[in-house]
Amino acid sequence: MSDYVLYVITTILLILSYFRDKQKTKMALKKAWKAFENILPELLSVIVLVGIILALLNPYMVSRIIGNKSGWFGVILAAVIGAITLIPGFVAFPTAAMLLQGGAGLMQIAALLSTLMMVGVVTAPVEIKYFGKKVTVVRNLLAFLFSFLVAAVINKVVG
Amino acid sequence: MEIFKRYRFFALTLGVILAIMAVNVQIGLKAVNLTLLSFKEMIVVIPPVFVLLGLLDVWVPRETMVKYMGEGSGLVGILLAIILGSAAAGPLYGAFPIATVFMKKGVKLSNIFIFIGAWSTTKIPMFLFELSALGAKFAVTRLAIDIPGIIVISYVLYSLLSHAEREEILAKAESL
Repeated sequence: MSDYVLYVITTILLILSYFRDKQKTKMALKKAWKAFENILPELLSVIVLVGIILALLNPYMVSRIIGNKSGWFGVILAAVIGAITLIPGFVAFPTAAMLLQGGAGLMQIAALLSTLMMVGVVTAPVEIKYFGKKVTVVRNLLAFLFSFLVAAVINKVVG
Repeated sequence: MEIFKRYRFFALTLGVILAIMAVNVQIGLKAVNLTLLSFKEMIVVIPPVFVLLGLLDVWVPRETMVKYMGEGSGLVGILLAIILGSAAAGPLYGAFPIATVFMKKGVKLSNIFIFIGAWSTTKIPMFLFELSALGAKFAVTRLAIDIPGIIVISYVLYSLLSHAEREEILAKAESL
């Protein structure tokens, strides 16, 4: 759904831009292509890596090791799994609901979702390309630690 | 030669898939399927994101971005960074090229970090998915901690960088 909205907005803006100034529009498209081509090798590698990691993880095993009796150890494991993997949101949330039903703990799932979205180990090479090593490492580290706070609060409020 | 060098890591990942395939066909095929799934996502999301960033680069004057999101933009800059990041669609790697254009246009680095943070975790479309899959209490609680969390993380990250390091990041954006 949100993808369609993005396409509609982009198309409208592109048409408007074209009528205002053909030359500038051409330049915008050129810049778009250059920016895309610049990052393509990293993107393709990330996508294959994610495919490999997800193929090796098995949901049944995951919901057992991050079960509701696994405590902080389970939270740490969940946070690490989330940090390494990268799953689109529309897959991640239903999967999280499924894992909860499969016996995973609430606090563990909160940590998993939080690091899944905020921490990107496989996308780190892409991030480094734009922001350099220090920002990438520190940002991911801070987001990782923050996920434990998220887990604790969710557990207290929702649990 | 340049092309080979740039794509060698990608070639290596494909080699790993082949190796997995040789050991266990089933897991290998699963990896291929999952890769194709993310590839489809990339194909869908990437074109509009990059076209938007091209248009932004060409049409929005630097002074406008500096005024609303640059040094001294204060609360407005923070709010705009959160709104722009949350309105986004697509995976986090889509945020980086846009952040680069923002940097070129003079957006304050701390607001860039807030934008990245919002994109990573408070996206509105994702919030709707979360609402339906995990319930309102879960989704709203997470959003309520995430917004201050993102701001705090961004300022800590910003303050850990020396003046020279900030300049270096901005210079890097200029070259991309």
